[in-house]
Amino acid sequence: MTAMRVRQAIVAALADEMRADANVIFFGEDVAEAEGPFKTSEGILEEFGPIRVRDTPISEMGFTGAAVGAAMMGLKPVVEIMFIEFLGVALDQVVTEAAKTRYLSHGTLSVPMTIRASVGSGLGFGCQHSQTLEHWFASTPGLKVLMPSDAQSAYSLLRAAIQDPDPVIVLEPRILYAERGEVDTKKIAHIGKASMRTTGTDLTIVALGHMVNIAEEAAKAAGVSADIIDLQTIIPWDRETVLASVKKTGRLIVVEEAPLSGGWGSEIVATVTAQLFSSLKSAPFRITTPDVPVPFNGGLEARFAPTSEDVARQIKHALTQSGAPQPWWVAEGVAK
Amino acid sequence: MTSSLERRKALYGNDLACYERMVEIREFEKITNALFAAGSIRGTTHLAVGQEALALGMASTLQPTDVVAGTYRSHAIALALGLTPHSVLGEIMGKATGCCGGVGGSMHMCDTSVGLLPTSAIIGGGMPIAAGAGLAFQVQKSKNVGVALFGDGATNIGAFHESLNLAAIWKLPVVFVCDNNVYGEYSRIDKTTPIEDLHKRAESYAMPHMAIDGMDIHAVRKGIGEAVERARSGGGPTLVEAKTYRFSGHSRADQALYRPEGELEKWQKRDPLLVTEQDLIARKLVTQEKIDQIKSTMESDLAALAKKVENDPEPQLSAMFSNIWTPAKAGK
Ligand SMILES: Cc1ncc(C[n+]2csc(CCOP(=O)(O)OP(=O)(O)O)c2C)c(N)n1
Ligand SMILES: [Mg+2]
Repeated sequence: MTAMRVRQAIVAALADEMRADANVIFFGEDVAEAEGPFKTSEGILEEFGPIRVRDTPISEMGFTGAAVGAAMMGLKPVVEIMFIEFLGVALDQVVTEAAKTRYLSHGTLSVPMTIRASVGSGLGFGCQHSQTLEHWFASTPGLKVLMPSDAQSAYSLLRAAIQDPDPVIVLEPRILYAERGEVDTKKIAHIGKASMRTTGTDLTIVALGHMVNIAEEAAKAAGVSADIIDLQTIIPWDRETVLASVKKTGRLIVVEEAPLSGGWGSEIVATVTAQLFSSLKSAPFRITTPDVPVPFNGGLEARFAPTSEDVARQIKHALTQSGAPQPWWVAEGVAK
Repeated sequence: MTSSLERRKALYGNDLACYERMVEIREFEKITNALFAAGSIRGTTHLAVGQEALALGMASTLQPTDVVAGTYRSHAIALALGLTPHSVLGEIMGKATGCCGGVGGSMHMCDTSVGLLPTSAIIGGGMPIAAGAGLAFQVQKSKNVGVALFGDGATNIGAFHESLNLAAIWKLPVVFVCDNNVYGEYSRIDKTTPIEDLHKRAESYAMPHMAIDGMDIHAVRKGIGEAVERARSGGGPTLVEAKTYRFSGHSRADQALYRPEGELEKWQKRDPLLVTEQDLIARKLVTQEKIDQIKSTMESDLAALAKKVENDPEPQLSAMFSNIWTPAKAGK
């Protein structure tokens, strides 16, 4: 075990994969000489050289698409998208090309590429640089979508993503880059397998990324014994672990840092409700952001993503009542 | 209080007023930088030090009914077009008094009363929009012009090429203004772009193009003026490349240590404020004494403003839920 920051765990995972496999190449904006706007590629150019590690122009469609092509030819490109929103200008290459390549080659071509992108609110970057956008990708068959919640998962998931034979998107909560944690570099994640943050009996909380940390704080504050499931893979998600847990606890809350409408949590709630209806003690529900862009103002942004106080409030509700609680903006009469 | 539009109108035909506004921008950015360093500004800032002549040359040539689509680096163009320092700083500090009510932040300036469309924090975001504004003006048979202001690095994104091509085939009244400040983030232009004279990229779209000295307000006015005239008279779009220099780092705490030695010093001799001062003194429009006085007055005025803005009201919680959709018309 080694103590490192999340961003160092990302560097370590990339370096370990680049050492293990000469087909792994890495590029993005200011990732080589400047070692990454978030310092997530420190020392990579120095160790692996300019053939395998490259700075790109501001051309996301071009370089993301080049990763798709290089992957078809047998390389394992890793590209960095500084803020997930920048993938917007490259969406065709990801959603319509990479995700369909295996299908349209009748199984003769694979696209073993990894896209790393920073995501999330909380740092005052405004509405065009603060979304998580996992739902853009979660409904595209052919992609795999991962999100780490700490240094260990940042390491283990990235290694798994690079080794995976298909296009994988790793969404890194930017707010965690400087957080420290213990990392066992022998641990490589299994894509599609959730991880238990805590185990308990009162209820099941499913969360992703930084919301796993929020859920853990909230459960402590509420004084409950919870199965907190760190989903880690949004697609394909770990039905088995979630269903087994809710079968045991009879209660489910999903915590998402994404707008209420169209989130992946709906998929989980729908599946659990359909499959475990008779074992449920209360209505499964989701805690999400409101359906609004991420506000810049600090006071407003602090209310945007689920907070541990609000999650604790809703946990207490779930343990005492059978119906779902209201989101804070309805409870406080701020919006409908 | 002076409105954005009044501030804008004060610039026309008044070189001294333009100079004072350049000083305002320079002093404003010093304060932005200091407030950021002191932790009073969240997130990020992209200073526009070195952009003053370009901003004022544009603002004093374009009409308030022309529209400008800018970027995250828009403090200079916003102040030049007429936004008050109060509304710009208010936005940067997330206050209810900001031009976007505090929900936008440093990268998002807007004031439609002087033609500033919401600035985009996505590279290339504003270029098709400027073309689209030009399309509207063409259809509406108005004489207005759409202007896109963007960086050198932005000429490598698809939106640049698609917008130029579209504007060219439809002969749209658009001016594409590339602020070539030599750097895109931490990369010098020669590392990311195979040509030095970016205006030549217009050639493959059969579009008129030119390079101008972006440090000299007269050169800017001449170039932008010619392009705007062409657009207004139905002659179609132009790509104008303003040669400038980014005196600051890219954003936040970037010290720009990657710059070759001596480069900054070389460009400092072409500092747009210095160039303008020399011109104004030579034309006897101002004395050195007066210049010093303008600077010190501006410095203290803006310092006082910053204190005031720090105590401005924060937006209400309801602001977070406002302006998502256009309200339905009454009766529907
Ligand atoms: C699509 C997209 N990719 C990347 C970025 C990150 N980014 C912000 S500013 C910048 C550099 C832009 O350089 P340039 O166009 O020269 O403008 P300047 O900042 O010098 O004014 C980059 C890469 C972005 N905002 N949008
Ligand atoms: Mg630039």
